[in-house]
Amino acid sequence: MKVLIYGEHRDGQIRKITFENITLTRSLNAPFEVVFIGADIPDAGEQLSRYGAEQVTLVKGSGLEKYSPDGYAKILAQLVQKHEADVLLMGATATGKDLAPRVSAILNAPLATDCTKVELDGDQLRLIRPMYAGKVLANVSLNSGIKIVTVRPNVYSAHENPADAEVREETVEVPDLKTVVKEIISGAKGKLDVTEADIIVSGGRGMKGPENWHLIEELAELLGAATGASRAAVDAGWRPHDEQVGQTGKTVSPTLYVAVGISGAIQHLAGMSSSKYIVAINKDPEAPIFKVADYGIVADLFEVVPKMIEELKKMKN
Amino acid sequence: MNIAVCVKQTPDTETRIKLTEDQKRVDESDINFILNPYDEFAVEQAVRLKEAHGGEVTVISLGPDRVKTAIRTALAMGGDRAIHLKTEKHPDDPLVTAKALASVLKEGNYDLILLGKQAIDDDHNQIPSILGALLDIPAVTVVIKLEVDGNNLTAEREIDGGHEILKFSMPAIIGAQRGLNEPRYPSLKGIMRAKKIQIEEREVALEPEQLKVELLQYPPPKNPGKIVGDSAEAVPELLRLLHEEAKVL
Repeated sequence: MKVLIYGEHRDGQIRKITFENITLTRSLNAPFEVVFIGADIPDAGEQLSRYGAEQVTLVKGSGLEKYSPDGYAKILAQLVQKHEADVLLMGATATGKDLAPRVSAILNAPLATDCTKVELDGDQLRLIRPMYAGKVLANVSLNSGIKIVTVRPNVYSAHENPADAEVREETVEVPDLKTVVKEIISGAKGKLDVTEADIIVSGGRGMKGPENWHLIEELAELLGAATGASRAAVDAGWRPHDEQVGQTGKTVSPTLYVAVGISGAIQHLAGMSSSKYIVAINKDPEAPIFKVADYGIVADLFEVVPKMIEELKKMKN
Repeated sequence: MNIAVCVKQTPDTETRIKLTEDQKRVDESDINFILNPYDEFAVEQAVRLKEAHGGEVTVISLGPDRVKTAIRTALAMGGDRAIHLKTEKHPDDPLVTAKALASVLKEGNYDLILLGKQAIDDDHNQIPSILGALLDIPAVTVVIKLEVDGNNLTAEREIDGGHEILKFSMPAIIGAQRGLNEPRYPSLKGIMRAKKIQIEEREVALEPEQLKVELLQYPPPKNPGKIVGDSAEAVPELLRLLHEEAKVL
């Protein structure tokens, strides 16, 4: 069963999910190729070799430097067929979420999105994907020639496993592009997105107002974490929508999730309870967040968080 | 402007999901169903565009009879017409759902098709993008800002750690994300008006599903955690545990 891994890149950098998917595919013992569309990655071969890729294709074409949903989809669908792949593997990232369904439609191939488990049993893929923001896990089967799978970032970690990558360039005919990205606005400089972060520090209603968020930001910076927020904090207008964690926000699986002043409404728990470790800081001992927390401190966050900041600074020195 | 909004009826976010004994389905007996929250943004945007540019908003929903309640909510928010694609249940395979929607959407010659970026039950995140490919028109999803200038559209969409701005023209599909607007509550007048609108029912022949849900499970329960302390004095111990026991720091 041959796997085609869609390589994600931004600003000349290969994104972590690509290495995660390479590690995953190696663990399945399936032959695979990695394809990049429109990428200009000077040391692609070197980087991909480190994680064990042997076949890499950089697809070039005029106008492909910028993402075009319809254009990339048509080209990727052609690549799947040309490279005779049985499985197209992508990340459940913003790009993967956007692109994979289009390829699914073009190839009439079913797509399981946001999988948290991918196993191979003979020629059958065994997939698990969360539904209801993680309240339920579904075992799904794809019954078709070509199968498409997107994998949730951070679930499979990337391991180095050196190989010799052969990098080829392939030039393709670019279809008429209906939609093109004109501009990318990056978030605050160096700001990590919650879906990609290993550590997340999230604040909720207990923060009392946006003026106190410097505590969350400072703690996050010391931990190298992204900042998140509960729906209450976003609804109150304290934080932007893209920070919201939960059923109507983002579903996250970091290594460490620090919930500060978050009571733990069911829709919030759904979005973060698959985190490996959860720390809860809340003064209400009855708060539901403590039911999912590995470590809790039942105390006023305005005393606990400054103390954490102080102690972490000491550790750094 | 001839606008279509595709909506789905989903369980309320506060619902505790119960599975049937055979673990094949979700037990619907105690569920409070609502209009999918992301679809609310789509309906709101459709109604605002109609108010600004004139035209008509058609609400389309696929599913069993109960989805009519979600259709009524969308009509009460300002929809004008409605089509109910009757099926026994929501298909497992989003490609099958999208194909059924696409065949109805093709007939309607809509300038703009709006829908939520995802439904909060099965979380596929697929329909807007699939429709783009099936109808071969621009589809931009996770949209938080939409500007209309004649036939031209500019949309801002969320990506990981930033935003993208895309330009394209109608006909087009928009997948709405939270932040696009503030959905209105249906007014009493709107609710009364919605009641009078005849929902057009259509039988649909669904294609065979290639994606199937074989089994549903509850996530494994978390082991009971540790309360490290009840004051800021517990912070050094917490950090020690994170460092030595969890090994995450």
